[in-house]
Amino acid sequence: MTTTDTGTRRGKAAAGSEYHAKDGLLLEVEDLYVEFHTADGIARAINGVNFDLYEGQTLAILGESGSGKSVTAQAIMGILDVPPAVIPKGQIRYCGEDLLTMQAEKRRKTRGPEISMVFQDALSSLNPVFPVGWQIAEMFRVHRGMNRSDSLERAIKLMQRVQIPGAKERVKAYPHQFSGGMRQRIMIAMAIALDPAVLIADEPTTALDVTVQAQIMALLQELQEERQMGLILITHDLGVVADVADKIAVMYAGRIVERADVYDLYRQPAHPYTKGLLESIPRLDQKGQQLAAIGGLPPNLMRIPEGCAFNPRCKYAQDVCREDRPALRLVAPGRESACHFAEEVLNG
Amino acid sequence: MYKYILRRLIQMIPVLLGATFIIFVMVYALPGDPTIGLCGERPCPAAFVAEFRDKHGLNDPFLVRYFTYMGNLLHGDLGTNFRDLAVVDELKLRYPTTAKLAGMAIVFETVIGIIAGVLAGIRKGRFIDNLVLVSTLFVISIPIFVIGVTLQYYFGLKYPIFPATVGSDVTYYKLLLPAFVLGSASIAYVARLTRTNLVENLRADYLRTATAKGLTRRRTLSVHALRNSLIPVVTFIGADFGGLLGGAIVTERIFNIQGVGGFLFTGIRNRDPVSVVGTVTVLVLVFLIANLLVDLLYGVLDPRISHD
Repeated sequence: MTTTDTGTRRGKAAAGSEYHAKDGLLLEVEDLYVEFHTADGIARAINGVNFDLYEGQTLAILGESGSGKSVTAQAIMGILDVPPAVIPKGQIRYCGEDLLTMQAEKRRKTRGPEISMVFQDALSSLNPVFPVGWQIAEMFRVHRGMNRSDSLERAIKLMQRVQIPGAKERVKAYPHQFSGGMRQRIMIAMAIALDPAVLIADEPTTALDVTVQAQIMALLQELQEERQMGLILITHDLGVVADVADKIAVMYAGRIVERADVYDLYRQPAHPYTKGLLESIPRLDQKGQQLAAIGGLPPNLMRIPEGCAFNPRCKYAQDVCREDRPALRLVAPGRESACHFAEEVLNG
Repeated sequence: MYKYILRRLIQMIPVLLGATFIIFVMVYALPGDPTIGLCGERPCPAAFVAEFRDKHGLNDPFLVRYFTYMGNLLHGDLGTNFRDLAVVDELKLRYPTTAKLAGMAIVFETVIGIIAGVLAGIRKGRFIDNLVLVSTLFVISIPIFVIGVTLQYYFGLKYPIFPATVGSDVTYYKLLLPAFVLGSASIAYVARLTRTNLVENLRADYLRTATAKGLTRRRTLSVHALRNSLIPVVTFIGADFGGLLGGAIVTERIFNIQGVGGFLFTGIRNRDPVSVVGTVTVLVLVFLIANLLVDLLYGVLDPRISHD
């Protein structure tokens, strides 16, 4: 599936939704900044992020801890703790309307029916004292005003949809009575309950076994194609995104440093950081060799280096990298990179 | 579940035996003569003392006295004390008052404590939070007799909104002030416990999920956060209720309430093992049952706890 494949899903759902995705464009993040004001100083978690998300598109946001990928998701979802989080600048437009300046009650109503989210650790993300069916059904009760039994019926259907065996019998079970993979399926059922246009999955498979990871990713992909959702997949795991994503945005120190179609990026990275990441994947055909790693540590977000944030760890770094911060620019057709030497990286 | 209850009930037997034995030993070991004070200012005549000691078996060896008493207890006979009052009758007369007082104290504790705790928790670090934290610390630091006498003076005597003492004709209205005094420290504990748990749960992942589900803040707080925060609070209140049912010696004396606590106190002062052991046996039993109920309730409130 490509970015130009724009379904008519929102058009159909328009009866229930007041939002219309023009030309399939669901989400526009524009020049977004997020800071955390703490006692020790200001941590600049996101420093000018831009991206668009279309219907039926899967965008993977890749980065290590502290790169700002989860904060981006939380900013879109509107679940940052304010304070300490502050959004000094930027827009997040959903179907053309800025979520950040939207009235609180109107924005609350977008959470669930329009934009929805799957979290990393399903055990702690589900409420331990309510049955799973009740927690899924809550979506229908709160947003659709359904009664208890109807909403529970819908919850059972959703649990069947995400392939939970014995859904009817287990609808009254509690989160701790399920395995990790089943719990994540319940999270997913809850997130897709109201047929949202945008689904954000924040490291949905990190807490799971490798075999279960593949099942969950397959389920997400299947649901995304079936419902033509725009899917934002946040991960630090290059392997997870390879089969699923259309586009990849690599984040470093709160900025997107490279963006490309998934196969282009894997075949030939255009940023030294991406290149380092790809080289650090263990490979079966390189058995016995030293595993490549990116030297140094990710920057402290309170003291991001001058110039390019990656320069202290970069083997391409020159004086210009320490003084001048490279902008994200088109370096080849469909390839964007924020590096002064992107062409050399791309061709070397 | 039934197995669990049965096991807990059986466990009560050694606890009861141990508690009665220890109390019996302690009262037996108390120095002093139980006949002192029975005959007014002067010492009792030797003939009276001899008759008294004989009647109450005070000349028997300790173990004989203990087993005689325990034998009667098995038949449900709590014994007759030095003043020829059947302990059972006395408790029947006094227990309703103690239960009322304890019940009202629990209501104060639950209502005021939880409301204060919730207000403080959702406004952490703000004025109301500091107000609750400082005032509860204040209440916890002051001994209960100081709180009791002070409130009695101001609200019973100086501005007589409430009756200063209760006396024999017990009404709910008369018990309002004593119940508040009795529950004061626990109100503070409940408020702090609620606040701490709420603050902790407000940071929990599932609360972030609740927000992401598009729930109103009110629903997020009252359904998702509060339900979890109240589990330890309910446990505390239940255990506290069991304790309060044991009577309140200090509060009962300040407000002249004819409850179980006063009876127990008189028994100790008179070196009257029958009164003390009989009462304590009942109190221990009440406390154990209250705790069992709390544990069962805990399983209902938190599905992760299993009694199977």
